[in-house]
Amino acid sequence: MHHFIDRRANPKGKSLGNRQRFLERARDSIKERVDRSVREKSIKDGGGIPAEGEKVTIPSRGLKEPRFHHSSKGGRRRHVLPGNKDFVVGDTLKRPQGGAGEGGKKASEDGDGSDEFSFTLTRDEYLEILFDGLELPDLVEKATVETETIGTRRAGLTTAGTPNNLNLVRTMRNSLGRRIALQRPSAKSISDLEQQINELEEIEARTPDQDAQLAELRQRLEVLERKRRVVGYIDPLDLRYDTYVPEKIRNSRAVVFCLMDVSGSMQEREKDLAKRFFLLLHLFLTRSYEHTELVFVRHTHHAQEVDEETFFYARETGGTIVSTALEKMKEIIAERYPPDEWNIYGAQASDGENFGNDSIRCKTLLLEDLLPVCQFYAYVEIVDENADMLLNNPEVGEDLWQNFREVKAQAAHFEMQRVSQPSHIYPIFREFFLPKAQGGQHAGS
Amino acid sequence: MQAADTAAMPLFTGPEWTFELLEVARDAIEEIALGDLGLDVYPNQIEIISAEQMLDAYSCVGLPLMYQHWSFGKHFARDEALYRTGRQGLAYEIVINSNPCISYNMEENTMAMQTLVMAHAAFGHNHFFKNNYLFQQWTDAAGIHDYLAFAKNYIAACEERYGLTAVEEVLDAAHALQAQGVFRYGRPPKPTIAEREAMQRVREGHQTGMSILELWTDATLGRNREEDADFDPEASSRRKQMNLPQENLLYFLEKHSPVLEPWQCEILRIVRMLAQYLYPQKQTKVMNEGCATFVHYYIINKLFEQGRLTEGAYMEMMHSHTNVVLQPEFDDPRYSGINPYALGFAMMQDIRRICKNPTEEDREWFPDFAGDPDWRRVLRDAWANYRDESFIQQFLSPHLIRKFKLFTLADDAEQSHLIVSQIHNKSGYRAVRRDLARSYDLAYLEPDIQVTDADLKGDRELKLTHTVRDGIHLAEEDKDEVLKHLRRLWGYDVSLNAVDQDS
Repeated sequence: MHHFIDRRANPKGKSLGNRQRFLERARDSIKERVDRSVREKSIKDGGGIPAEGEKVTIPSRGLKEPRFHHSSKGGRRRHVLPGNKDFVVGDTLKRPQGGAGEGGKKASEDGDGSDEFSFTLTRDEYLEILFDGLELPDLVEKATVETETIGTRRAGLTTAGTPNNLNLVRTMRNSLGRRIALQRPSAKSISDLEQQINELEEIEARTPDQDAQLAELRQRLEVLERKRRVVGYIDPLDLRYDTYVPEKIRNSRAVVFCLMDVSGSMQEREKDLAKRFFLLLHLFLTRSYEHTELVFVRHTHHAQEVDEETFFYARETGGTIVSTALEKMKEIIAERYPPDEWNIYGAQASDGENFGNDSIRCKTLLLEDLLPVCQFYAYVEIVDENADMLLNNPEVGEDLWQNFREVKAQAAHFEMQRVSQPSHIYPIFREFFLPKAQGGQHAGS
Repeated sequence: MQAADTAAMPLFTGPEWTFELLEVARDAIEEIALGDLGLDVYPNQIEIISAEQMLDAYSCVGLPLMYQHWSFGKHFARDEALYRTGRQGLAYEIVINSNPCISYNMEENTMAMQTLVMAHAAFGHNHFFKNNYLFQQWTDAAGIHDYLAFAKNYIAACEERYGLTAVEEVLDAAHALQAQGVFRYGRPPKPTIAEREAMQRVREGHQTGMSILELWTDATLGRNREEDADFDPEASSRRKQMNLPQENLLYFLEKHSPVLEPWQCEILRIVRMLAQYLYPQKQTKVMNEGCATFVHYYIINKLFEQGRLTEGAYMEMMHSHTNVVLQPEFDDPRYSGINPYALGFAMMQDIRRICKNPTEEDREWFPDFAGDPDWRRVLRDAWANYRDESFIQQFLSPHLIRKFKLFTLADDAEQSHLIVSQIHNKSGYRAVRRDLARSYDLAYLEPDIQVTDADLKGDRELKLTHTVRDGIHLAEEDKDEVLKHLRRLWGYDVSLNAVDQDS
């Protein structure tokens, strides 16, 4: 009695449960590594997470499986080794570094010998962990706002329609098939026949044989021509028209506008915070939308669209006029991103300074032009590390802050927040995306 | 005539395997394994699996069904990383000690490899599992599947009922004590129901008797106790009641822990049952692999002799075989201990040689079987009745010690240098053999830790004793971690005393 079994088709992922338990256990250290890797990545390539996953190396601290085992040092041991070449009894050897023979091996056998543990997180797992603090289940519903447009969709073929919808290929295919089936005489066979008749007609003195032949040919020609008339080249039967049905189309394309003040007051620290803010928003949106694009607009006293590298790392001097960036954004939307096709997200980072009474203009631009076409607009003000006073008092602030507060009062999909350190970034996102019923309006409250 | 024709035909010619070819090859192997070698095997269930499934099997200590635990996920992640980066290949097969005997063959194997693997696992290992005394006495090949299914479902049910964290805590702790969860020398005998009832009656009568006796002792014999200060009758009877000293820590906790709930005890029981099931395999690595390697080597050579293997297939098998039995020397960078395949295979071949062409030396060393006309029986007998330690002690010949150029290196922490204490010469054979045998004795390799006392009516401190041999202590960091787990399972203080055996 024996049998062979083909197990290859068995469902995969038998150890999925083990993996989830493992990730759960190592969550804290994995999260720390994921956070760090975010900082080092470019936003554009989807946070730089390759589709096949992200390699993470975490300290093996919490992952130890301790056992009672003998220490690799001390005591009296005997090792039996193969391959003696010229030792005789009594020979002495220097003790090798890191324990002799078996002793050395044992230490690494249990897998705890190294302090680090490397493995690959899949892209989904990576994002899950990244957004863990954001309570994703709540977010998905709220944030995947999609605009709808009415479009048409092809819906096969019909036999009736308008000439502009005529499907030539299908019509001609039908026609050809019908012509072959009904043996429609080809133009060539008719012209051949005509030529033969002409040749015979040209002969002055025809033999009776030839006369007979001519008569027969003429008769044949007549049959062919009649048949050709009866079996048309294109028959109404052949006609096929494309049909279209109107349909609502969900736009699963999103564009994220990253607006940042790059004037002198924005230093390394401020830009790093801004980058994390943009990156998180973008990562989140790539999860929800099939296709996302990024637009980087930097501004001093004038605004420019730039690439990511320039956006974060190039230096620029000048004053600060925030409205220029908003103008630029409006311009770009008008040019390239029709709001009925794109889900538009705005993200703006600044240190809160603005020139003169430009802030009022910003308010107007946002309320009248930008917010009506945006799904969501987020503003972060990056403040000093020890600006507790500002962090805890949303009422206090300069012109720009005060004006934006007024915007917020009027628009539900506008959010603003103050941050001073990387750890503030996650909570902000929670604030941003959490359903209003549960979340507070401000981090500080 | 027809039989001769089919015998001369190669079993297969191409590298690709099909189920039909596997069937044909298996039949040919079986013919030799049972007819010629006289093996006795469980029915075979040969399963073809993919690389991912092999990784799955790896992470779950090779068992076909396993409860869920994060450590298996960790092993999977590690093995997968090693495999994907090409730093570690996967085994050609995994075989499970069960009835029917399940072996997993990788789908990537060529037909030649599938043949080799079937001879190795489905017949070599299978015979060993069925016939070796350790497996016969300690494992239940027919019941393991049901038990694994029970364990998996039970733990899943616990997770649902008590939460993942609570179950994980118990499993973590139990895993930490897994090596101390086996009976090494003998399990508590399983009494029959009649016996149990009888015991119950005796115990009740005994207890009544005891309480009267205690009255007497307390009242009238109190003086004697003062004289014998070391003797504490209360502690002594307590130890007797709890079966102390007890080497199986998990068993002790399961039976006597004051804080564990019944489901937690059941989890400890599951972990220790599996540890006990796997324990014979730990004790027979050299023999088990030696037996399987010898069997596949013998069978493929026989098949080749009969003209049933093409030269190409034979060369491929030999190539793989030689890789498997490679033994790098101690100063080779590839050296990582003695290769159980190499030692085991060499010893089996040597036993056959001693039976067929014994030298004077062999006759002197192995009078029992040197020149025995039936080498097959001698080998089968060895496979059935020994474990690595005793097998080496009994069968390692001077010839092999010379061949492997074995020598003993004495490593005394108090000395500044290592000393070559024995080499492969006349005066060294026995000592080298003894030292090598000892290095396969699990009772010696694994720390000897026993429960020596626990006063449930007093301070409830669990007292463990580690018997230190040869001055080798426990690794500190891990020891503290395991003790934390132990404390969780016991609920009260736990102390571990090291007692030097030699002093």
